[in-house]
Amino acid sequence: MKMKTLLTGAAFALGLAGAAMAQDKTKVGFIYVGPIGDGGWTYEHDQGRLAVEEHFGDSVETVYQESVPEGADAERAITQMALGGADLIFTTSFGYMDPTVAVAEKFPDVKFEHATGYKRADNVSTYSARFYEGRAVQGHIAGKMTKTNKVGYIASFPIPEVIRGINSAYLHASRVNPDVEFNVIWVYTWFDPAKEADAATALIEQGADVILQHTDSTAPLAAAEGFDGVIGFGQASDMAEYKDGPRVSSIIDNWAPYYIARTQAVIDGSWESVDTWDGISTGMVELGEMTDKVPAELQAEANALIEAMRSGEYHPFTGPINKQDGSAWLAEGEVADDGTLAGMNFYIEGVTGDIPG
Amino acid sequence: MISLIQRPEPSRAWSLATPLLAVLVTMIAGGIMFAALGKNPVEAIKVIFYDPILGEFAFYYRGQLLVKAAPLILIAIGLSLGFRAGIWNIGAEGQYIIGAVVGAGLGLAFFPLDAWWIYPLMVFGGALGGFLWAMIPGVLRVAFNTNEILVSLLLVYVAENILASMSTGLLQNPDGQGFPGSRNFRDFPAAYNPELIAGTGMHWGVVAAFIAVIFAYIVLARHILGFQIRLTGEAPRAARFAGVNPTRLVLLCFGISGALAGMAGLFEVSGPAGQISIDFNVGYGFTAIIVAFLGRLHPIGILLAGLLMALTYIGGEAAQAQLGLPAAAIQAFQGMLLFFLLAGDVLTNYRIRFGRAEAA
Repeated sequence: MKMKTLLTGAAFALGLAGAAMAQDKTKVGFIYVGPIGDGGWTYEHDQGRLAVEEHFGDSVETVYQESVPEGADAERAITQMALGGADLIFTTSFGYMDPTVAVAEKFPDVKFEHATGYKRADNVSTYSARFYEGRAVQGHIAGKMTKTNKVGYIASFPIPEVIRGINSAYLHASRVNPDVEFNVIWVYTWFDPAKEADAATALIEQGADVILQHTDSTAPLAAAEGFDGVIGFGQASDMAEYKDGPRVSSIIDNWAPYYIARTQAVIDGSWESVDTWDGISTGMVELGEMTDKVPAELQAEANALIEAMRSGEYHPFTGPINKQDGSAWLAEGEVADDGTLAGMNFYIEGVTGDIPG
Repeated sequence: MISLIQRPEPSRAWSLATPLLAVLVTMIAGGIMFAALGKNPVEAIKVIFYDPILGEFAFYYRGQLLVKAAPLILIAIGLSLGFRAGIWNIGAEGQYIIGAVVGAGLGLAFFPLDAWWIYPLMVFGGALGGFLWAMIPGVLRVAFNTNEILVSLLLVYVAENILASMSTGLLQNPDGQGFPGSRNFRDFPAAYNPELIAGTGMHWGVVAAFIAVIFAYIVLARHILGFQIRLTGEAPRAARFAGVNPTRLVLLCFGISGALAGMAGLFEVSGPAGQISIDFNVGYGFTAIIVAFLGRLHPIGILLAGLLMALTYIGGEAAQAQLGLPAAAIQAFQGMLLFFLLAGDVLTNYRIRFGRAEAA
């Protein structure tokens, strides 16, 4: 009986949304895993939100909630937004997958977009970026620039997206420098500046002079600044404030075009459930400007690599590639399929250590 | 000149009045902060305190208050018993995790069997997991006189790593395409902790929390164990003369609080959270410590404190989403509430005298 009340409420909320539509105002909601000031992942999603506001002006209203834990709280936060009359809700972290699908069932007329997951429904799309293309460039630069032949990698959670990044970076580093070693630390968080900084310091003290990170804050760069000759990369965002310090380039997630396109689709009534996985070719993944620390010759190589991926002529996972245990994965010239990449749960040959779990 | 004079006995009237006063002062101070952030303070306070209970979407929020408060109350009740006796279990978060892992693991072992006994078995497993995890600091304390605060706290981090290992290993969803996290209990009805009456938020964990409140009330007021607990906390020497066995008391308090925390974890993982995942725990075990003290270590007080904490969380989220208040402002607001509550305790124990202080 109360379920009916909830649904009536939902219908009521939709009624409100309908009324809002009549005034030509579409409401777009965003659920963030970190604070918008994290300078990385969440910051870039929020830049996308601001781009939506700027593009559509008064015809679109945006709302957001930051630092939403991935679990039971996420379901409530998303429900709250749907009840509040949102027409389109972007949930921007992997852990929001099941909550997003659960809420979507209760609000069939609200559109949902879940970042980096794999569960879809009639009103749930998924989208992600091919960060591993950026990682390839990063790995190439890291392999060429390391003097100690030790690269430190701050990893968040052992999910395919992160493992893919490690593999791609290692593959391209070891191709230009067969002696390179990767030292991976798992911090089990997306955003915890103190933990990230500790991890960076530990890696540097173990001899790493290149720090790569798959966490969201600028803390690793800040930590690297305290050591001579250590370089790092901006993660998810340009992190340009460290240009004079350790940051030599960056991987930038540019969500703005996607968010604008999807909002437009809701306004036009043409929104459909899709699975989007874009990379350098559409501009969803960008490489930040390389600083003078990167030798001109290496810059040219990196740019050539970027161009090759942009044009589709090169795929970062092109064989021959073996798995860590030495068994064959990709034959000479063979290109990894998206399914395997999406669920990647193994290291490639040469990466040391085990994936936790 | 204002001076504080200690009361011969804590004032009952002030002890009841300070929570209300604290809420009021928080509204004023918080309002000033919201205004400084450029938001309408009256509207913000209304969104936080009024809307979840009586506002337009209260039908949804009221249930959510129970969902959010239940684990806090269940854990805090267990902790309060030990805290009263001066036994400090700071690691409820770890017991919550292990309870969830053991209970969920037991349930998942029988997937997809449909049998009535699966859920009761899981609840038992949750309690057992929390109990055993709490026994580690308990036994170490009675056997080697280790510091239970430190041991129980550090075991939280061990538990977190076990959780991470479980969600990427043993309990990982075999149909999950390599992603971490267990099967979702929504897809396993015999092991799912559903809303008992749809839309009310009432699930087995809420029922258990209410039972725990009543149970703790009776134990503390009527049972010899309650007497021993209170006596040990208030006059440890007298307690020893009265024949209280401190070893037994430490183990009992750790055991009960661990079992309740473990059950809270199991109810949460099989219901609202839905699955074992790497970051399944969100700090209920730590927040429950605040709830226990906020509720003056009294069962009814804990019930109310749990609901109040839940209200600031849920209202705070609504204020973020609707008014664009930053998350940090909400945390500061919650901090204010605790600060004023504790500051209010001064009035319970001291009275204020205006004028010159008497010469000592």
